[in-house]
Amino acid sequence: MGTVEIRPAPHIRGERTVEKIMLNVVYSLVPVCLFYIYQYGISAFASILVVTGACLLTERWFVKTGTQSGNLADYSATITGMLLALTLPPGFPLWMGAVAGFVAIALGKGLFGGLGFNVFNPALVGRAFVQAAFPTAIATYTPSFLPGRFLEFIPSSLAWPLMMPADAATWLKAKQLDALAGATPLAKWKFEGILAEAGDLLTSLAGHMAVGPSPLLILACGAYLAFRRYLDWRIPTAILGGAGAVAWLLYLFGPGHYPNPFFMLFSGGLILGAVYMATDMATSPVTPRGMWIYGGLIGLLTVVIRYYSGLPEGVMYAILIGNAATPLIERITQPAPFGKGVFGGARKGASYPLHPGYISREEAGAVTPKKRILKNKPKADERRTPNS
Amino acid sequence: MKLLNYFRGEAFQRGVHPPSRKEATADRRIRRLPFPPRVTVPLSQHIGKLPHAIVRVGQEVVRGQPIARADDWLSVPHHAPVTGVVEAIELKPSARGPWTQSVVIRAHAGATQEDLWGQPRDLDTASSADLLQAVWDTGMVGLGGAAFPTHAKLSVPKQAHVHTLVVNGCECEPYLTCDHRVMVEDADDLVRGIRYAMRTTGAVRAIVGIEDNKPDAVAAVEAAIARANATEGVIHAEAVPTKYPQGSEKMLLMALFGFEIPSGQLPVSMGMVVNNVGTLAALGKLLPRGQGLTERVVTITGPGVRHPGDYRVAIGTPLKFVLDHAGVEATPGLDRRQVILGGPMMGQAIASLDVPITKGVSGVLVFRHDDMVANDQRKTYPCIKCGECVESCPMGLNPSTLGMLAAKREYDLMGNHYHLGDCFECGCCTYVCPSSIPLVQQFRVAKQILRERAAA
Repeated sequence: MGTVEIRPAPHIRGERTVEKIMLNVVYSLVPVCLFYIYQYGISAFASILVVTGACLLTERWFVKTGTQSGNLADYSATITGMLLALTLPPGFPLWMGAVAGFVAIALGKGLFGGLGFNVFNPALVGRAFVQAAFPTAIATYTPSFLPGRFLEFIPSSLAWPLMMPADAATWLKAKQLDALAGATPLAKWKFEGILAEAGDLLTSLAGHMAVGPSPLLILACGAYLAFRRYLDWRIPTAILGGAGAVAWLLYLFGPGHYPNPFFMLFSGGLILGAVYMATDMATSPVTPRGMWIYGGLIGLLTVVIRYYSGLPEGVMYAILIGNAATPLIERITQPAPFGKGVFGGARKGASYPLHPGYISREEAGAVTPKKRILKNKPKADERRTPNS
Repeated sequence: MKLLNYFRGEAFQRGVHPPSRKEATADRRIRRLPFPPRVTVPLSQHIGKLPHAIVRVGQEVVRGQPIARADDWLSVPHHAPVTGVVEAIELKPSARGPWTQSVVIRAHAGATQEDLWGQPRDLDTASSADLLQAVWDTGMVGLGGAAFPTHAKLSVPKQAHVHTLVVNGCECEPYLTCDHRVMVEDADDLVRGIRYAMRTTGAVRAIVGIEDNKPDAVAAVEAAIARANATEGVIHAEAVPTKYPQGSEKMLLMALFGFEIPSGQLPVSMGMVVNNVGTLAALGKLLPRGQGLTERVVTITGPGVRHPGDYRVAIGTPLKFVLDHAGVEATPGLDRRQVILGGPMMGQAIASLDVPITKGVSGVLVFRHDDMVANDQRKTYPCIKCGECVESCPMGLNPSTLGMLAAKREYDLMGNHYHLGDCFECGCCTYVCPSSIPLVQQFRVAKQILRERAAA
């Protein structure tokens, strides 16, 4: 007979690979990106292309110079680029978008060692950098569903590299629109006290509102991922539950002062952050109990930053802080092994009797003395041997 | 109550669902393999001390005659699997690697497969100790794969009290169907074996746990229980939801009764004794005849086998002979294959086809090179912390963190703080890992190093 090969067990492997997980996330992001382009037209399209391209080029450079593992075919840089573009305003100058993409991969991922080693979500690292570097540009939103959006760029998009973008207000005035039409619902509430309509928030279909893609669409895409188990449902549930609970409590105590929890959940980037950003596998805890704590912490921090800070939006910082807390959360939420239980004892409660007439816990207890559990394995001579 | 179980959707927490691939052999009757020209009976086929040979070179032996005697409690006697002449007692290669002392018997041509040795005896009035001695005399070990001496398992420590005998008919490993076929075809022997085991341990009830992908086995066992005219409920067959690794006794007890065996303790501490169906069916057949274990049912299957099926194979039959009879598919020009003893999740790839079938071998799987090459070509990524392994580890460990510690050689930390000792190497973590990290392989190395450190 021929050659015999030797491999260690297990000899069969599951279907899931890193590429498959990442590719599915990319697929699920495509409808979100398409809707975003439908809202804001050609500027949004160019923004997504440039930011994703910058991410891919940076990743390629890091892989080629050999400082990080992974490769372009794992699609993780594509996800970073798409997510980063979705968090930027549609009229964000393209050169600034390229900077954001470079920083996201270089500082957020490459310097840590690449895929799996990053501490912070790369897309949010990129966004945090440009928020600090270009505070005006990142706060300048334009209304959605402008006429002619598929033919005409928002002028700020096309700013020359290293040049400051043109003022959006004059462009909007030429279109007979008020400069503040472009403020996000959160900024409107924070600085003017105006609450947006619930239906408009959910679908993002109302015109002249500066919002990202529809939360309903993001939730649907996230549900697909959660159903196929490409993201963990616990994290979005914990974040939305945590943020909703805190917002609801505050609303109970000061309904005039605080907005209703519904507005808190569906405005701004909370849904996008909860579904796509916080669930980044490398930067969230692996332990199931840790995921609940991590999500709850992010939800709480989001509400606190939104209500009490000078910023209208707090999801990004909340998630970055959650990322930083992840190793600590993992350490205190290690799973309890089988037969050891959370408090050191085995879980004993029989969940269901096997067969009504057959065995019950009381019956088993009746024939089983309490102090019967052996501390140590009996020695051979203590056993009831046939010879004894 | 079944409904509640259905809504829980799980027999025990976590675990995986590998494709079962049992179709090729599940519906075929057990066939008998002819005797090979020579059998090699290793003296070490089980966990425990070596028995010593009681035959000499040149001696004629009859099938079923004892050829090795157990001196130690954790040791079992062996019986001649064929009628023939003892050719040699020497070191021979074994599946685990090291060469072991073995008895080589040349079979007489045309010798009958009927067991000629042993005296029928009446066990209806035998005491528990007599039964235990009878079990020991059969040389029985756990036929599920662990090969732990059965008499040691059935003996109850003095302080303990056993009320339930659990019979493990899960067969959760993909491909394997030997227990399935035994339950379908030898259900009467199985019920008789259960009776003996209950009387040996003093258990008042027995329960056969069978995964629900084998409804015919459940029906066959239930019919056999009815035929045996057992008092209602004393012996009972229960279907449990299919899941790997349910064949582990702790997982099966969790699935049946919903409680955990405390870490580091045996089921006997909870008044339970767990035995494999193959073991008890063999006991039911051998005990009344007073014979020894000379053959076992082995599943021979895999994509590389031309005539897959369950075969009754004499202990000591060389693997090469077995594969020649089952027929092996070869890729023309590329005659490379992998032969695995046991199932695909925990089985061991062997390096030589000269090793014999021993008492603990439940299956022989043959994969062609082409079947395995896809796994070889999977790229290994760094851990992306997806948490799949944490969600699949039946023991509730954290393989993700353990894997990272293993890469840093922090073995003491793994053992002391991350419960490495609880790992029973089921391979679920490696099976699910999307980054293709060899987790369980690293854990095996780490456990061995910790054992060596503890011994030093």
